[in-house]
Formats: sequence, C-alpha cells, structure tokens
Amino acid sequence: MRYHPLTASDRTDMLARVGVSDIDALFAGVPQDKLLRGPVALPKGKSEMDAGRVLMRLAARNMTASSAPFFLGAGAYKHHVPASVDHLIQRSEFLTSYTPYQPEISQGTLQYLFEFQTQVAALTGMEVANASMYDGSTATAEAVLMAHRITRRRKAVLSGGLHPHYADVVRTHSHMAGDTVDALAPDVAAREDIISRIDGETSCVVVQSPDVFGNLRDLSPIAEACHKNGALLIAVFTEVVSLGLVTPPGEMGADIVVGEGQSIGNALNFGGPYVGLFATRQKYLRQMPGRLCGETVDAQGRRGFVLTLSTREQHIRREKATSNICTNSGLCALAFSIHMTLLGETGLRRLAQVNHANAALLADRLALVPNVTVLNETFFNEFTIRVKGDGADIVERLAKRGILGGVPVSRLSPGAGLDDLILIASTEINTDDDREALAQALDALINGAA
Amino acid sequence: MNREGRPTAPQGGALSAHQTFTGARALQVEEPLIFETGRLDVTGVDVAEPAKVTSRLGAFERKGSMGLPGLSEPEAMRHYVRLSQKNYSIDAGLYPLGSCTMKHNPRFNEAMARLPGFSDVHPLQPPSTVQGALALIDELSHWLLELTGMQAVAMSPKAGAHGEMCGMMAIRAALEARGEAQSRTVVIVPESAHGTNPATAALIGFSVRAVPARDDGTVSAEAVKAALGPDVAAIMLTNPNTCGLFEPEVVEIAAAVHDAGAYFYCDGANFNAIVGKVRPGDLGVDAMHINLHKTFSTPHGGGGPGSGPVVLSQRLAPFAPVPFLQKNDDGALAFVEHENDAGEAQPFGRLCVFHGQMGMFVRAFAYMLSHGSDGLREASEDAVLNANYVRVGLADLMSQPFGDKPCMHEALFDDEWLKGTGVTTLDFAKAMIDEGYHPMTIYFPLVVHGAMLIEPTESESRAALDLFIATMRDLAMAAKAGHVGRFTQAPHHAPRNRLDETRAARAPVLRWTKPAPATRAQAAE
Amino acid sequence: MTQTFYTKDHEYIRVDGAIGAVGITDYAQKALGDVVFVELPAAGAAFARGDQAAVVESVKAASEVFAPVSGEIEAVNSVLEKEPGLVNEAPEDRGWFFRMAIQDAGELAGLMDDAAYKAYLATLE
Repeated sequence: MRYHPLTASDRTDMLARVGVSDIDALFAGVPQDKLLRGPVALPKGKSEMDAGRVLMRLAARNMTASSAPFFLGAGAYKHHVPASVDHLIQRSEFLTSYTPYQPEISQGTLQYLFEFQTQVAALTGMEVANASMYDGSTATAEAVLMAHRITRRRKAVLSGGLHPHYADVVRTHSHMAGDTVDALAPDVAAREDIISRIDGETSCVVVQSPDVFGNLRDLSPIAEACHKNGALLIAVFTEVVSLGLVTPPGEMGADIVVGEGQSIGNALNFGGPYVGLFATRQKYLRQMPGRLCGETVDAQGRRGFVLTLSTREQHIRREKATSNICTNSGLCALAFSIHMTLLGETGLRRLAQVNHANAALLADRLALVPNVTVLNETFFNEFTIRVKGDGADIVERLAKRGILGGVPVSRLSPGAGLDDLILIASTEINTDDDREALAQALDALINGAA
Repeated sequence: MNREGRPTAPQGGALSAHQTFTGARALQVEEPLIFETGRLDVTGVDVAEPAKVTSRLGAFERKGSMGLPGLSEPEAMRHYVRLSQKNYSIDAGLYPLGSCTMKHNPRFNEAMARLPGFSDVHPLQPPSTVQGALALIDELSHWLLELTGMQAVAMSPKAGAHGEMCGMMAIRAALEARGEAQSRTVVIVPESAHGTNPATAALIGFSVRAVPARDDGTVSAEAVKAALGPDVAAIMLTNPNTCGLFEPEVVEIAAAVHDAGAYFYCDGANFNAIVGKVRPGDLGVDAMHINLHKTFSTPHGGGGPGSGPVVLSQRLAPFAPVPFLQKNDDGALAFVEHENDAGEAQPFGRLCVFHGQMGMFVRAFAYMLSHGSDGLREASEDAVLNANYVRVGLADLMSQPFGDKPCMHEALFDDEWLKGTGVTTLDFAKAMIDEGYHPMTIYFPLVVHGAMLIEPTESESRAALDLFIATMRDLAMAAKAGHVGRFTQAPHHAPRNRLDETRAARAPVLRWTKPAPATRAQAAE
Repeated sequence: MTQTFYTKDHEYIRVDGAIGAVGITDYAQKALGDVVFVELPAAGAAFARGDQAAVVESVKAASEVFAPVSGEIEAVNSVLEKEPGLVNEAPEDRGWFFRMAIQDAGELAGLMDDAAYKAYLATLE
C-alpha cells in the first residue's frame, strides 16, 4: 500500500522489539470471538490511476454549474473564486495542520483566524465574530440556543422568510432541548406581522434578509420591538455577497448575526463543506459558541495570537459548555478570508453591484415572458417568479434542455401551496446569452413558443 | 467540569535573541495584519463594470466604508505564504496528537474532490443531473456499513461532535417512539470521556451520570450495571477508549445496557485502531460517528472542515435524519428531503441545510478505494504497531499510568516520572517543539495526571519513529538530569515564544481595531 | 471578631456576626491557575447550602463555587469583574466573591475550621 512506509521486515523486527509474536497479540484486549480473521467484504486496494478512473466516471455523470446557464441559489451560490485562493489553501501548512492547540507553531492559522473574525465583524456591522461554524444553518440553530441562554427564555419566533431548511434545523434542535418554536408560514411577499408574535416568553426573533424569496427586510422595527420585550433579534443571511451592497444587520439593531459564508472563497461542493459566520455584540461574548482567537504577546513581548475564552467550550465545561462544537470550518474560513482580502471593500462592493445588476437585468427580461411574473419589489441577486404550471416540473425540463434554471419552492416547502414558484439567482457568472437562454426556454416550456 | 489549571502566562524574564532590523529570522518573516498593510481602494480581483440598472435595493443600500482593506494579488500571495510558514503540519513532520489521528493526507484525494463533477455542482440541482454524486454517497455509505457492521448511516453530520448530536437525537427519537422520553433522561458517560460527550448529552436535554474508570484505565461492566436503571437513556462510551485501550468488557456492557432498555452510543474518534479488525456492530453498538477527517484522512485544515457520518443499528435506523438517500423504482437515486416523504421511517428532523460534506465524502472515498479491504486493515495494524513501538521505546524512562501493557493506536504516559524535576508536562511538550516535533496531546484524558497521549499513526516510517523515540529519550534524560532551562523557557526556536494566555483571556482582543490617532503631544515626541 | 470556616470544595466563609464573606482558598486558586473570569450571583438571590452560587474560570479550568451555607446574597465583589486576578493575589482577602446573610448559623458546624482544613489539605498531597 503506497501510503504505508513499513515493510514486511520492519513489521517483523518491530513486533519482536515490542515483544509479541504477531500483530494480533496487540489486539489481545479485543474479545477474541469478535476479532475479524479475514478481510471484510469489500474490494482490494487500487492504484492511484485505477481509483481515479472510478471517481472520474462518477464525476462525469453530474451536470456542472459551469457547463450550463446556471441560476440556482437558495443558500448556495456560484461565484468566481480567484485561482490563488485554492492554491493558497492547499499549502501543506494550512491544509495538513490541526486546530491550533500549540500557538507557538500555529501563528499562521491563528493570525488568519484573527483577520477572519475582524472581517466578519466588519461585514455584518457587529462587534465580535467567532472563528466559524459548520454552515449558516447550524450557526442559526446555535444562535437560537445562545439567545435562550442570554434571556433565560425558551421560545424562538421564526420568520416565514427564513430558509425552510434553516427553520427545520432550528426546530430539530429546539424539539430535542424541549424549547418552543413559533414558525410563521412561508411569506413570499414579506408582508408578515412578526412583531405581534413577540411576547414575554420570546427569547429571540429570527429574520433572514435577503429572505429566502429574495426580499430585503427592514430589521430596525423588529429589533426595536424585540428590545422592548426583552428579546433578541437574530439576523440571518444566506448570500454573504449581499453585505457588499446592503445595509448590514448590525446597523439595524440585530443582536446576533449569522449566515452562510460559502459565496466568498468556496465552491458549491454539492452542499458542503461551507462556512458558518457568527457575530454578536461584545456584551454577549461569553455566551457565544465556537472557537475564538485573541491577541496577546509572547515572552519577549512580541504580538501573537492564541485560542482564548475556551472555558466556554466542551473540553473544559463539558456538560455546561455553550456548545459541543469542536472541529469547525477552518480551511473554508481561510478561503473566505483570502478571497475577502483580495476583494477588499472596493472589490466586494463592485462584485455586489454586478450581482445586483445581473439579477435586475434577468428580472426585467423574465418579466417579458408571458405567464411568468416576478414577485419581488426588492431583491439583491435572487428573486421569486410565479409560473404557469408546476415549478419543479419546469426546472426538470429546463435541465433536459441544458439549463440549470433555479430552485422550485416546492423542493424547500412541499405542500405549502407554492408549487408554481421558482427561486432564481443570478451572480457575476451570468452573461447576456445565459439570460436569453433561460427566458426563451421558459417561454417555450410554459407557452409552447418555438 | 475541568477544575484543574496550569500556568498560562510565560514564567521568567524576556529571552535574548539576535536582533534584526525587521524582526525577521531568515525564512521566518514578521508579517503584519492585512488591516495594517491593505488599503481601502485596492482590490486584487478585477470585476467588470456593472450594467446600469434601476436599483431594487429599496431603502437598504449600504452607506460608508466597511473598514475592509484589500491587497493586490502578489501582496496577498506573500501575506498568506508567510503566514503558512509559521505553522507546523503533517506534511512537514510527525504530528503525534493523541485522539486526533494526524495521518498522511494524500493529494490524490484533493485532486478528486476538485473534479468539477463533484465541486461545481449545486446541492439543489434536479436529481437527474447529479446521479454520479448520489452514487458516490451511496457507495461510501456501503463501505462505512461494511466496515462497521451496522444497518444504516446518516451522512449529513458535519464533524464528530455533530455526529454525536445526530446519534443522541436518534436515541431520543427512539425513546419518544417508545413513549419513554420523559422517564429516560440520564446518559452514562465515563469520566475519561472526551468533553464533547457530556456537552452533547446536555444539549439534547439529558443529564449526565459519570462512571469512574478502573485502575487499569477501562470501564467495568460492574460499574455500568450499577449506574443503569429505568431512568437511563443511553451510555456514551469511546472504544478504543481515550486511554488508548480497547474496552475489554464492551460486549458485556452493551448487553447490560440493552437489557436495561437503553442504547449504546459509541464515540468513534479512535476507529483508526480497529478498521477491518473489529466491527462495532458486532460489539452491540447502536450508534457511532466516524470522523472522516481522522480515520479516513480528509485533512484537518487547521480545524476543519470535518465530516461525521453516524452509523446506526436496526433499532435506530428508522430515526435517521433527513435528507437520506433512496433508490426509486426506476433505479435512480434521490434524497428524501422532508419528514412527510419518509414513508415508514420516522426521521428525527434535520441537522443542516443540505446533505453533508460532499467534499469530504469524495476524499474519504478516494482514500478507501486506494486502500481497499486489505489496505484498511493494514493501516490499523500498522497504527497499532507504531504506537506500541513508541511505547516500548519510552517505557523505561516515562511512566505509564496503567502499567506496562500493549495499547491500541495511541500510547499514554502520565507525569509521575517528572515528579521533582521542576519540569511539567507542558514544559516537556514545549521542548519537543524546539526539536522539530508537534507535541502529543497533553492533559487529556483528564483522569490521568499530566497526561501525554501519543498517536504516531500508520504514516510514520520506522526510521521516523526511531528518531522520534531517540529525541524523546534525550529530552526525558535531560529533564531528569535537571536541565530545567531547556524546558521551562521552551520553545526557544519557534516563531513565537510562549504566549500569554492569561492576558488574552482577561482582556480579550478578538478583532483588529484602528489605533486611535496620536495626540498632538505624542506626535511631538 | 471573625471566624473562618472551610468546605471540602475549597471555599471559605469568613463569618462576622450574621454575615459571611465567601471565596475560594489559596489552595483552590493555585490549582486553577490564573483566574480570568468570575461569574457572580445577583444580590438578593437566595441559595441553599451546596447550591451553585458562582463560577470561577482560569484559562484551562472552570470550577463551580457552592454556597457553603444557606442564605441570601447581600453583596458581591464586583471589582472581580474588572480584576479577576485578585482571586490569585489575595484569595482570602480582596479576592472574596460575595457576602451572604447566614440563614442558619447551625450549618457552620458542618464545615471545617482552620486546623481541620489544614489537616484536610495534608491528606490531599
């Protein structure tokens, strides 16, 4: 086996040195009737070339985002990531190191985490951010638990604009912990009255903006209502590029801001790994889950960085920890931070403008297609259309025509009576040709046009 | 709770070093923060001019500077390359962190994960466009089930701790289905357990009942039986355990747990010791997470991303979360994404927005295909052999808390042998840094005083182990000979000397902030 | 005239009339290492003997502080919020955590006095 340095004679010599006759003597602690005597029923090892052949064959059976006019979003977005990002994150010292438990020989990881935390705090308009969570949805569930700890209340109110899968993750955690969730019905037009749902039991209100249907939401009045009632506002985003152009939740009174960071630095990856972003106010710092990197000095007084405030974490507090999270999304956070550094606010704003403009052009074009209606008054780079017919069926038939045309709402919220809605995202990757292809194909599928 | 601390601020005065003008030491270059070198009007990405459109942002257009500077591409390259040079890595040297399984990360796996057919695919594409990706997940599931002897696997958990949560949620759902969720509220956790175990149990609303380890470092069936009762939901047991030992009474423990109407959650962090040698399903395990980023070599990436699929027994299989894979009548694969579509199954809910860490699945599957059934077994055997080789090589100088007997894939020492030397486990670890090694896991498991947990993995050659052993012996003899300065001031040669963790925690600085402008008086100085 | 009593968890209570000042002992602060954070109870809160009343954290450890006797919190040492290091520097003096109104002086009989605590410490080595 090419990855195993020991030779047969090494093994013989080493067993002798250890003082046993054969390898199974080292497995003497295992109940002997449970010890497998032969190999399990799986194929034997393959050369790199042969293993590659198997995997390439599987890869070839998937339609890639780059191979088609592509308009999917709903929590994962296709953006151009500079080649230097992937090169840098594959450097051995980033890729093959562990969590920075020995800070003297982990300053590289620690410094980029410190920079990452600063970038996330600045982007969201908050005071502090952690070193990442698994993804936006688990960050949201953790934010709800954090709000429960801070307010000592146990009811979360979820906006109908929250990504339905995010809502499901929150609901699952809450159910297990015996907490209450008040989830509003899907709110396509951003007209829900969430403020009236806040009462003396409410620990937090969870609102996504841009919401899952693409609408931008005014968080300020909700924040005010929350604070009047002793509750917290948790603001969620699934498209972090929006923060390059949209008022950050921190400026609208949010107490905790969480979201998905995949768009910056990370590929679609068929759903993961992604990177959860988590930011809050300084005063809630000790209730924040996840790892934190802090600045300090070494014995010579030189600036350095360490993991800090770890008494909140599972390895010290055990059953009293703020979260059980251990491994997070370090390398995805690095990819985020490198891409963000390359962009800077100048590049990010420009990128966000192009996304917005492309989405606006697409909305205008699709609005010309008979029996297609764009529902949004506001949006960033994603909006909802109503079509004549079944959205899922139309998306499936678009794929057969070589177009990855959006996410049918019924895929996220089946049985909600929203089967004629499709979420359409457009980023900087889309061209005039892409837009025209989608518009014409929709016209053909819905109206039988040529 | 861990009640035992240790010094966290550097002791003694400043160390002397040859001063350079830049602060650099040859290849080690001091690197400022991007906020100190970047400029707000610089960007390293050329983005086209946006088309002129009517804004749809309503009243929500961001105003003012974000405070996010940019770097041009060459500057960014240099920044991150210099940062990388301050990190230790498995590619550069032996990384014996016990319970972390720092094995070789084949670059073949990286290349496969980057095939556009896997990396450039959206999680919500129509199933007909992703049959290859779904087939890979299906195949990987099959391998995991064969290797563990279990009946079902939940693929969506994103790391080991997330997998623990998944397994314990499945247990809770099973209890609910039995109508016993209200009465069974206790989870038994050995004192030697990893901190995630009690943290997970508590998150799901269970209370924790600790059972002590025996003098030999293992858990006795007797102690478990004494802790069992009608209020017990489950036991969470790590096997091989955190002391590097296979639990000899695990079968009896499993039977007792089942007899008491409870479930057996196994923490699979140490699965690397037994892949292809023992199947957890044969031991009576009901749920176990598998750290793909440990056992199956997807890289740790400086703290993630990981992946923690959970294998389940027949009794828990119906409660696996959505989404899960299903083969339709036409042979096509598709995810069941909603509880209402789950048919007979009773999924407990959803753990994350999509279906797990595809990027890690590809890497782990590439690793498995490369090894095959023979190679996987060999990996475990070599991992165990290497650990014992190190153990035997150090046993005469360092003390083993549970006597001189074989270990599994990691060798555990305590600090009894350092008594009276003035050198602590922490000091010893820091001196290893000067010798070019990443230290082993220290002060874990908590039940062993001054613990040192060494996991060399199967990736080390005999020559590499010999040099490691020789180095450890030299350090051990120096400690015993009273050469305290080599330890208490260590590391001397790392990019940083010991860091003041006390200061970091007492007045946390967690982000860069713009320094206040100098006052006129300061400027005049 | 004050008198100090100790618990097996290394808390002390220095009793002055009906009021007792509670903190952790020198032994406890040494075991924890540099204290970085103290979570204090709210004034007015009532605790039964053995209830968790505070948490003390160092960089690598955390420990609950239990009420040595039953009673109500009369005052807390809020200086510790800014200067947690006082717990290391002067644990049994300026590093006190809270003062409580002792509900039942009889409970003090269940604690160790100075000599008994010293003897107890000797058994721990």
